[in-house]
Amino acid sequence: MQNEKAEFKKNILSSQIDLSKFELATEEEKKQQDVMSESTTFLRDGIKKLMKNPLAVGSLIVIILVLLLIVIAPMVVPYEYSEIIKVNGSRDRGAKNLAPFQYSEKELEFIAQGGEIFPHIMGTDAMSRDYFIRVVYGTRVSLLVGLFASAIVLVIGMFYGSVSGYAGGRADLIMMRIVDIIYSLPDMLIIILLSVVLDQVLSGNKSIIIAKLGTNMVSIFIVFGLLYWVGMARLVRGQILSIKENEYVLAAKAIGAKPGRILTKHILPNCLSVIIISTALQIPSAIFTESFLSFVGLGVQAPMPSLGSLANAAREGLQSYPFKLIFPATMICLIVLSFNLLGDGLRDAFDPKLRR
Amino acid sequence: MNKPEYLVEVRDLKQHFPIKTGMFSTTPLKAVDGVSFTIKPGETLGLVGESGCGKTTVGRSLLRLYKPTGGQVFFEGEEVTDSNMTALRKKMQMVFQDPYSSLNPRMTVEDIIGEPLDVHKLYRGKKDRREKILNMMELVGLNAEHATRYAHEFSGGQRQRIGIARALAVNPKFIVCDEPVSALDVSIQAQVINMFEELKDKLGVAYLFIAHDLLVVHHIADRIAVMYLGKIVEVASADDLNNAPVHPYTLSLLSAIPIPDPHIAHSRQRIILEGDVPSPMNLPTGCSFRTRCSYATQRCAEECPSLTDRGDGHFVACFNK
Repeated sequence: MQNEKAEFKKNILSSQIDLSKFELATEEEKKQQDVMSESTTFLRDGIKKLMKNPLAVGSLIVIILVLLLIVIAPMVVPYEYSEIIKVNGSRDRGAKNLAPFQYSEKELEFIAQGGEIFPHIMGTDAMSRDYFIRVVYGTRVSLLVGLFASAIVLVIGMFYGSVSGYAGGRADLIMMRIVDIIYSLPDMLIIILLSVVLDQVLSGNKSIIIAKLGTNMVSIFIVFGLLYWVGMARLVRGQILSIKENEYVLAAKAIGAKPGRILTKHILPNCLSVIIISTALQIPSAIFTESFLSFVGLGVQAPMPSLGSLANAAREGLQSYPFKLIFPATMICLIVLSFNLLGDGLRDAFDPKLRR
Repeated sequence: MNKPEYLVEVRDLKQHFPIKTGMFSTTPLKAVDGVSFTIKPGETLGLVGESGCGKTTVGRSLLRLYKPTGGQVFFEGEEVTDSNMTALRKKMQMVFQDPYSSLNPRMTVEDIIGEPLDVHKLYRGKKDRREKILNMMELVGLNAEHATRYAHEFSGGQRQRIGIARALAVNPKFIVCDEPVSALDVSIQAQVINMFEELKDKLGVAYLFIAHDLLVVHHIADRIAVMYLGKIVEVASADDLNNAPVHPYTLSLLSAIPIPDPHIAHSRQRIILEGDVPSPMNLPTGCSFRTRCSYATQRCAEECPSLTDRGDGHFVACFNK
């Protein structure tokens, strides 16, 4: 006994395990130690969870339906957005302010003679134009603005934010003060000023896209590019500041990876979920801004419709023809609501902390 | 060619971090303050010390993950600088403490282990890359079918193996192991440590093995260095340090190791240190251990003891023992 104690004391540093009491694990037992779980990717996992969210799936379906509508409708409907309705080749001035599915006198005459007239699904406007096709084109413009403006915001904001966040130190300080300054500029004032200036600059340039959209639309894009990326830049910077403290970034440095690789391979993929969601939420905000600007008369140029300008035009005859406000307003609501709900669903699906 | 005796030689390494103490003033936090040691090819040096004494910082500034404030590091006789570090990263690697945060959650195991190969372009074609990765996985005991999985699908021990495979992928001669087992539970610790030993025998790599668990370090290390507040206070061969510790701090560390036998534990005398560890921002004059040392004299407050040879490569930094 005495001897044993002395033996133990001598070997304070050995872990003092009696190896004879252990036996080797069999292959079967070793296999049980393996953690077996289905191999999934981050994206697949997120989509799977998104599909379990009825609100998100519903809004995704609505968005797809709206997209199908604006692509297919102009092919099916025989009217143009800027065209006065023609009956048998001649303009029908009497087809003003028709209610949905109503025909004008000339059209009824034509039908009685055996001709076929495509119904005015949403009626017609004060200038005898088919209202349905105008709402469809308005949705096109609004969605285009929403997607395009969000893309501008995404690209500029992500680039600026990641450089600022990763560089850190003095560069970060200066870059973020610039963001603060831009944040404090009144956007409405800039849009008004820009559209005045751009009107003169672009009037000589008869490029088709700009002529169709109008200088106001271009100035909206420019304003989004100039002003609205700051929110995204701040968000990305904040994400990167926290993610770059992770040990796997240090590990990449120890491997010898260059900053560009660390940023694109290690840091950005890890804040991707936040970026996706914020972009999804940026789209309705851009659509709303466009609608609002068109509503106050700073948006697209006539005869090109946008949902906002349609709503604005409907204001004049609101008491007699309320449906003219209801249709574009419903469209705005549908789009904005679906993108918001989809964005919410995406956030829940791609946030590992909300895993149930 | 004149082959240098040491694989890694660290001379007077200093790492100070500026800490903001006012709006415009900063005070240096002396995380590592003049550390020197050498590691021979294939040798394992254990580095122990309590939390916050600068062990991890030594490892990281050795690999230039931080820019050292002072001192030199030599690798195979060549001084390590910023300009030749990129090439040297192929020869010096690191295994991290936390297997949960040191693997990118968005990358598959294949990409994690393949990354050093990508960075240093160490393969010809996709097939070669995959083959190298699978070899590496087999070496650390991972199944080849796990290659396409993500890090979060693995247990702590398996993750640490992935981290080790990543470090080994470039075939390094020297690996800094920064508490590679302290985040694992005891049964897994043994597996991983035995793997480190196997790899050492198979590949002949040298380790700087940082840990706070003396049992673990004694098991794996050839020599052990004990750190206290940014300085090395004692270096000796593992058995020497176990049998004949000299520095009062080492004595107290050894006496704190739990013994799984109540009789022996009862009869043993524990050396309990008084007071707290001084702040590394405001170190005591002279020997930094003197505030808690029972042997402290006037001389300890005036001079800082340097490491002196007590025979057999046993170095101690103390005046009184």
